[in-house]
Amino acid sequence: MNLHEYQSKQLFAEYGIPVPEGVAAETVDAAVAAVETLGGELWVVKAQVHAGGRGKAGGVKLARSADEVRQYAGDMLGTMLVTHQSGPEGLPVNVVYVEAGSDIERELYLSMLVDRDVNKVSFIASAAGGMDIEQVAADTPEQIFTVVVSPDAGLQPYQARQLAFGLGLDKKQSRQFADIIGRLYRLFLECDASLVEVNPLIVNRSGDVIALDGKINIEENALFRQSRLAEMRDSSQEDENEREAAKHDLNYVSLDGDIACMVNGAGLAMATMDLIKLHGGEPANFLDVGGGATSERVAAAFKLILSNENVSAILVNIFGGIVRCDLIAEGIISAVKEVGVSVPVVARLEGTNVDKGRALLAASGLNIISAKDLTDAAISVVAASNA
Amino acid sequence: MSILVDKNSKIICQGITGNQGSFHTEQCMDYGSKVVAGVTPGRGGEEHLGVPVYNTMREAVATTGADVSMIYVPAPFAADAILEAADSGVSLIVCITEGIPVLDMVKVKSALAEYDCRLIGPNCPGIITPGECKIGIMPGFIHQPGKIGVVSRSGTLTYEAVYQTTQNGLGQSTCIGIGGDPVRGMSFIDCLALFQQDPQTEGVVMVGEIGGTDEEAAAEFIQSEVTKPVVAYIAGVTAPAGKRMGHAGAIIAGGKGTAEDKFKALDAAGVATVRSPAELGSKMLELLATA
Repeated sequence: MNLHEYQSKQLFAEYGIPVPEGVAAETVDAAVAAVETLGGELWVVKAQVHAGGRGKAGGVKLARSADEVRQYAGDMLGTMLVTHQSGPEGLPVNVVYVEAGSDIERELYLSMLVDRDVNKVSFIASAAGGMDIEQVAADTPEQIFTVVVSPDAGLQPYQARQLAFGLGLDKKQSRQFADIIGRLYRLFLECDASLVEVNPLIVNRSGDVIALDGKINIEENALFRQSRLAEMRDSSQEDENEREAAKHDLNYVSLDGDIACMVNGAGLAMATMDLIKLHGGEPANFLDVGGGATSERVAAAFKLILSNENVSAILVNIFGGIVRCDLIAEGIISAVKEVGVSVPVVARLEGTNVDKGRALLAASGLNIISAKDLTDAAISVVAASNA
Repeated sequence: MSILVDKNSKIICQGITGNQGSFHTEQCMDYGSKVVAGVTPGRGGEEHLGVPVYNTMREAVATTGADVSMIYVPAPFAADAILEAADSGVSLIVCITEGIPVLDMVKVKSALAEYDCRLIGPNCPGIITPGECKIGIMPGFIHQPGKIGVVSRSGTLTYEAVYQTTQNGLGQSTCIGIGGDPVRGMSFIDCLALFQQDPQTEGVVMVGEIGGTDEEAAAEFIQSEVTKPVVAYIAGVTAPAGKRMGHAGAIIAGGKGTAEDKFKALDAAGVATVRSPAELGSKMLELLATA
């Protein structure tokens, strides 16, 4: 689950990590009022969306007067912001964050994540802040500094020094930096974060280290014990179909193609997409209906699939293990009847009671093509979509 | 021979009285697995599915001499259950539970280094030595005792590999689902090393997926250490970057963990890769025929 910048900075502030003062505003008037609250002569108006690349997309503006704040907030609020990460439709700007302007001397990069190669939490820092870190890692890997934290010993002072010297910080800044990453580490663990990114972490003209941006991802699996953070979820930033799927315990990701698939198991679901592609088609989605493919869930899955108007054929691929194929066939039949599926459906069933399942599909009188194996299923559904 | 489990494995189920634990333990017993006890805190002294229930793993292991734990404990309590199993002295822990917070697994992974035991999973179908011992949620009937080792990050794709090698008569020595989480117990390499040493295993089918670099590490290991034929398939060629594909660990992050990179590494290591999961069995048959 992603947090907005303003939510991330609220958490930073709670953990004593220095951030510029700011106000989150849902209306233009509230944004203008923030100018009074914050004081100063320079403000930054930042669109709050779950996507990077806001600056280039016009979602971050420097304002030198209350009128400019009014103008920029008005330009952003209620619009869809399209960035290189947001997808072509963009994301709705429902909140702008008005922040006191900062004098930037240096821009640094700092992030924390669970490093899968070592099964531990790692810090990554670079003097090349404000830039695309993946690009920096590819072009100038020597500019990236990484420390891996032992879950038993915790973050050590030498690790903070390694990063601080790598970043070329002076004595006072190094002390501040060490303090900041100690607090970030605590935040990471206590909030069950999967990613914390500060890009940029700045040194201002007074030589102080400050988190100028903030991005926090909270791990979905840990939300059961992070109820306060779970309430920060902004569903308007999430894919509607994916949200609807989650309500029915389905895992759904929409793609650009026209051949939909419905599969039990995440690995098999990905493999099914790959097979469609391998045989000349384009998958329209990833959809894992899970182990217990009940008729209720199958019906919900069909509705979801068909909400995508591009879909020209559906491939149902179920490996019945503990679940019997005849039950799954009944589920498919009742779902197709209930939902009113108008595009061809190819079903590949395998496993327990497969013959009964296939017989049921054949006798249903519906437009369901029963495939004899995986390859046949993929070829049939591609042919059906082109028919 | 087989790896890790056989007809002599004595199993305790942690979470035996829960819905999932109860259902799947019964299936394992029906398959012939020796489940000797269950553990549910607070339910000690009861009997469930014909075996005694204990309050703690220590007590259960001390009384029954079990060497394997099978875990169906719900995610919020599963990390604790894994460590309790490790502390009880079992040599193998199979954790089926899905949805354990990754930071819990970071701690578990580090703490397990203190013990002489192996962890399979979490978020996995389990392990089976066909005809001898099934520990997990896989459908037993698709398996057949034989010569192929199967190791996979995905449950249903394991079943595909198993089904195909049963259909073409090769059968399986042992099949392991190592799980779909980013931080997990046994890796591909751990399983490959055991299959390499196992006289019954003549070839290995390996099924990977997007996310992480376990498959790339396995490719290097296969090149230097594995002399038996290996057939590999990677799921997720069409998966978009930055999207979690069902499994917590199946995500292309920061340009890393793509299926193409993994195929490339495996191809470079001389592994027989297949682009279709439907060809896992036939490719293995072909390799063994020419070996």
